[in-house]
Amino acid sequence: MKLIDLAGEPRRGAIRSKGWLKAHKYWLLRRTSQISLLLLFAIGPWLGLWFVQGNFASSRVLDSVPLSDPFILLQSAMAGHVMATAALIGALVVVLFYAFVGGRVYCSWVCPVNIVTDTAHWLREQLGITRDRKLNRNARLTILAAALGASMVTGTIAWELVNPVSVLQRGIIFGIGFGWALIAAIFLLDLCITRRGWCGHLCPVGAFYGLLGAKSVIRISARGRQGCENCGACLRACPEPHVIAPALKGNVPLVLSRDCTTCGGCIDACPSDVFSLATRFQIANHEGGCNGETKMHRQVSGDTALIQPK
Amino acid sequence: MGNHNPKPRAKGTVSRRDFIAGAAKSAGGVCAAGFALSLYAESAGSQPVQALRPPGAIAEEDFQSACVRCGLCVRACPYDTLKLAEFGDDVALGTPFFVARDVPCFMCPDVPCARACPTGALDAEIPSIKEATMGTAVLSDHENCLNYRGMHCSVCHRVCPIRDEAITLEKHVINGKPRLIPTVHSDHCTGCGRCEEQCVLAEAAIRVYPVDIARGSIGVNRAGRRI
Repeated sequence: MKLIDLAGEPRRGAIRSKGWLKAHKYWLLRRTSQISLLLLFAIGPWLGLWFVQGNFASSRVLDSVPLSDPFILLQSAMAGHVMATAALIGALVVVLFYAFVGGRVYCSWVCPVNIVTDTAHWLREQLGITRDRKLNRNARLTILAAALGASMVTGTIAWELVNPVSVLQRGIIFGIGFGWALIAAIFLLDLCITRRGWCGHLCPVGAFYGLLGAKSVIRISARGRQGCENCGACLRACPEPHVIAPALKGNVPLVLSRDCTTCGGCIDACPSDVFSLATRFQIANHEGGCNGETKMHRQVSGDTALIQPK
Repeated sequence: MGNHNPKPRAKGTVSRRDFIAGAAKSAGGVCAAGFALSLYAESAGSQPVQALRPPGAIAEEDFQSACVRCGLCVRACPYDTLKLAEFGDDVALGTPFFVARDVPCFMCPDVPCARACPTGALDAEIPSIKEATMGTAVLSDHENCLNYRGMHCSVCHRVCPIRDEAITLEKHVINGKPRLIPTVHSDHCTGCGRCEEQCVLAEAAIRVYPVDIARGSIGVNRAGRRI
């Protein structure tokens, strides 16, 4: 029987060894999170259940707690506007949350564009499209800097005039107009032109959240890496595969790169349970648990030189 | 990449040449992308004549830096007046506006939309809806206005929420005949748009425009005296 694999080809091995459900655990949780967050905003206008008002740019939960997007507020500040208190408190709550759990959790667990780009990538695999126009992964930092500069020069919240992340979120909650074309363009970019083009290379919102969560506490750990069979499933499942090698082969069995979206794709895809969720301070006791390891981990960056696997 | 640096370098270090080239590339990229985005932002900054901002909106150029496009004002409005601009609308993407001829502002005394704004793009402290300056009504087409033609329509006068202050009927003699002409008083008109919405003509003869479009201003002569 052919295995149905909704999240992508690399999970085949994991499905065989762990079963379908466990090989799609984080994928299912992520989609549930993304869709239910959108529904939370949408059931207000649809059903009159107002748990949350507004959208991802700024919202009010249960008519009291404010939440605001810190990247939009930063652009607004660059444009010379001093925000009212509600928005500032809202942004502080969001900043603290993502600084703790990892900024790019926003990308993989909240942002609906991720569903679009993941689908494009899945279809790319199904159709066997291998054409890949190489882009620099740091292009997103360039666009981030440009967006902040343009905000300052023009006195507007510049990126919000084109931001497909906002267009899609707002579109689902308030109506999208011609914005679907922008989303379609991103889908086609990821499908036909560049592998993981938007989220992995261009999106400045992801870059901002990456910087925000650069020192986050919650991380992916490769604490079971002695069981690694070098099958490469994690690397193929990972939207930012360069983050994995240092954890798998480096001094510290932790994914410390700020690019990691903590999507759990590697946990799902690994047939031998190498990966798990952990905190930055939990350094694999499984590997002989030497006491000096915490100290050593502080000394190495996420991109430490590779050493030979055991 | 033929001309490799002869000395092997430790991992994680870059040559000065590579560093300068990389920095220049990034700076160039930032400038190019920033310039393109700035041009677009400038072109998107003008407000079309028929799109009115919600009550309490700060000046349009400040509004562009303050509004985060969250739609809390839209949700707070009990009349479905406000919309967020979608791709393809003439208004800056995602910002709130209304078109008076479709659904005007019904001038809630407690101004819920402005109170809901978390960023200060709408003045949440606005003391009363009568302080709002969403626009100014203008009797833009004298020739087709029924009152000008000698009928007693006066719908715009009757539906005005601040009747006899914002719009009054003034006696004029036109072509030797007495007429009652709807007359807007801009110091009281909030630009709610009820008059434009209710105008009985197929195309409204009275319209609400953003204040800076609707109103003239007194200039100064070369000596600096008002003329």
